Amino acid sequence: MAKELTPQEMLRIDLTPPNRDWMDIPTVIKPGIYCYPAKPEKIEIVGMPNPHVWSPLDDDWGLPEDWKETFLQGMRERLEKHRSFKIFMDICVRCGACADKCHFFLGSGDPKNMPVVRAELIRSVYRGEFTKAGQILGRLAGGRKLTEDVLKEIWYYMFQCTECRRCSLFCPYGIDTAEVTIIGRELINLFGLNINWIQEPVANCYETGNHLGLLPHTFKQNIEFMCMDIEEFVGITIDPPFNKKGAEILFVTPSGDVFADPGIYTLMGYLMLFEHIGLDYTWSTYASEGGNFGFFTSLDMAQRLNAKIYAEAKRLGVKWILGGECGHMWRVVHQYMNTFNGPPEFLEEPVSPITGTKFENAKSAKMVHIAEFTADLIKHGKLKLNPKRNDHLKVTYHDSCNPSRGMGMFEEPRYVIKSVCKHFYEMPENTIREQTFCCGSGAGLNAGENMELRLRGGLPRANAVKYVHERFGVNMLSCVCAIDRAALPASMEYWVPDMKVCGMSELVGNALVMEGEHDRPTDLRGEEIPGFAKAEGEGEEVTEDV
Amino acid sequence: MAARILFPLAVVLAIVAVALIGGSISFLQPLFSVALLYVAFAIFFFGFIAKVINWAKSPVPFRIPTTAGQEFSLPWIKWSKIDNPSTLGGVLMRMFFEVCLFRSLFRNMRTDLRSGWLIHSPTKWLWLLALGFHYSFLIIAIRHLRLFLHPIPGVVETLDAIDGMFQIGIPPLYLSDIIISLCVTGLLIRRLFLPKVRFVSLAADYFPLFLIIAIITTGLLMRFVFRVDITAVKALANGIVSFHPVVPKGIGAIFFVHLALVCTLIAYFPFSKLMHMGGIFMSPTRNLANTSRMAYHENPWRQPPKFHSYEEYEDMYRDYMKEAGLPLERE
Repeated sequence: MAKELTPQEMLRIDLTPPNRDWMDIPTVIKPGIYCYPAKPEKIEIVGMPNPHVWSPLDDDWGLPEDWKETFLQGMRERLEKHRSFKIFMDICVRCGACADKCHFFLGSGDPKNMPVVRAELIRSVYRGEFTKAGQILGRLAGGRKLTEDVLKEIWYYMFQCTECRRCSLFCPYGIDTAEVTIIGRELINLFGLNINWIQEPVANCYETGNHLGLLPHTFKQNIEFMCMDIEEFVGITIDPPFNKKGAEILFVTPSGDVFADPGIYTLMGYLMLFEHIGLDYTWSTYASEGGNFGFFTSLDMAQRLNAKIYAEAKRLGVKWILGGECGHMWRVVHQYMNTFNGPPEFLEEPVSPITGTKFENAKSAKMVHIAEFTADLIKHGKLKLNPKRNDHLKVTYHDSCNPSRGMGMFEEPRYVIKSVCKHFYEMPENTIREQTFCCGSGAGLNAGENMELRLRGGLPRANAVKYVHERFGVNMLSCVCAIDRAALPASMEYWVPDMKVCGMSELVGNALVMEGEHDRPTDLRGEEIPGFAKAEGEGEEVTEDV
Repeated sequence: MAARILFPLAVVLAIVAVALIGGSISFLQPLFSVALLYVAFAIFFFGFIAKVINWAKSPVPFRIPTTAGQEFSLPWIKWSKIDNPSTLGGVLMRMFFEVCLFRSLFRNMRTDLRSGWLIHSPTKWLWLLALGFHYSFLIIAIRHLRLFLHPIPGVVETLDAIDGMFQIGIPPLYLSDIIISLCVTGLLIRRLFLPKVRFVSLAADYFPLFLIIAIITTGLLMRFVFRVDITAVKALANGIVSFHPVVPKGIGAIFFVHLALVCTLIAYFPFSKLMHMGGIFMSPTRNLANTSRMAYHENPWRQPPKFHSYEEYEDMYRDYMKEAGLPLERE
């Protein structure tokens, strides 16, 4: 188990696969790598098939009698529904370009984590069951029959992929393992074989509106607690609106920010920003989740959870929607939401009420990213900022997978962060922007029981952070993703101790000069800022430049 | 392990042997030239179209480009018009770079773990070998048109002249022959000796490689060792394209081996990974504009979602909401 492995031991990774056929290497499901199964009651809430108690370590997974036909029929249906899946089953030439692009392969050396092999796990079934050559020649044509062991292997490796799409960037045909994993997980979900770390948030989100299952009053209270912290650290009173009809903007963010450290500081940043510019907006306790673990279950489930956002925007009569910092949330919002549940004719094309900027790139889906929104505010000089309050930080920025390769948002957050932080350092170029590495825990894999997998998957990102830490003394890893904020602290504690993790809006909040604020000797975490303990503006001089 | 290398090798050698025998027996020659070529072309033509139609039948329900550069957003932010296109022109440029210059492969790098550090270093070998292979293959295919077209188009003549301009040996060795030989050898060496590539390689990866190597070898043998009567070959080719096939006498058996291998390749094409040639054009992560929030993308099989409505939610939590002072639709 991970806890017993030191980083030095963990780093004994052999990236050279054995000289054997991968089909001859039996898959052994290991503790520390897999996540616990979904609880039946959490499956029942959303009406998905075959809820039952089972364990990945058992021989019998409680599969229904006709599971094989169901799987193959499910595969057939999905081949007909997704051109991506169909083409990706046919055209891979196994050139190997993707092999060493996956964080799980680089961190574990498990050759079945090479993206090409992960896809071959399913492709071999496609060939063996659906193509003539595979049916006749079997393994010689790269085909194999679907058996229980094959299903278990698919299950194991579909939950060792965070759908980060780094491999798809390097594939000469754009084969996207995320497409394969998404469909692989859909098939797994036909038998009630989801993992609980995904299924429980799905059930919670379905009923209470957010992953953590925060009831309406708790959701409100949590945010009010943060307002109390702001009152203490900043000296201003904020009374955020909830479920307010007729507000101009509905704000939706991942619920992780409402609950967990360090996401809550990001949320405090939002609250201060909206107060600072006098935004007419509202929170919703009903659509209180931007993240979408349905996306890690099935596209159908993703659509069902996502539907609440537009429904709530319509009910409240807002003009458009603003979205907080989150990775996969933005994959869904950017690439799926409009198709899932739009177009939202009842909304207006988003225009910043402060600067008048039209967000052309969101004119149909009507949802704008907080980084886009904030960058525009700063560019127009609408924020009063004192970046010296972040002078004690040496900041780097982790591009989250989904806003990177499923959207292309690179400059907006950098512009914001550089506007509020003087000391900014990029990680090596092959590890940022479109080539960014996953935190290692995305796509619903940030559970506790699979910590070894998470730390291994987190290695490539952590390694690049360690580089800027040792080279430039970077001490703050910023990001625009709630899963990052939940997952990176553990990865950093293990690989790069002393590295803290924050959201972009936390840095904004720290730098905002609020009207009526008192002396602010501390940051939003209540930690003293060097040089600010005495009086504002006496920040220590730092000679190093960006 | 060995089966996936030896089996395709054996198949290729068997084709060579059969064609060598067939090509040496004069009454079998029409079968090993005319009939084989017609059948192979028919399989290729209809098979290719059928495959593409089959792909096209499945819709693209979601707009899922892999964005490889800055999105189009605020007017003062420089966006990456090709790597993250938001216009048709941008998509066409992206596809051009992808199809003609193997843009994604050009990004390739290798990652190694050395004393605790992951080192990412650019590597262009695969890109270079792939590009060299595909372009010399294309040039060789175009050069072969001189056998089928009469008069020979100027383009083919010019290409031929450029390709042979170094005048190495007699008859001159074509540049494309040298490049394709080097590249295909390089690609085979990768598969055989790079552990990661060897691990993922299937018989279906070795087979076309062996086939192409055999085609190149027999082609070169015909040109330099066992000279064939080029006028006879031309007469054969002319007959085939004009649908009045005749098989002139005196064509060496090696020609029939070359032809049989080519026919195998094109007949095998539609059922194999070689269809990446068609697939690349239809890959949804590459051929879509990143306009997901800008324009509505319709999913033809979309169903209205069953979700937990606000009314159900309020009914479930009304008391809590009331107590917390949250506004209600119904008291």
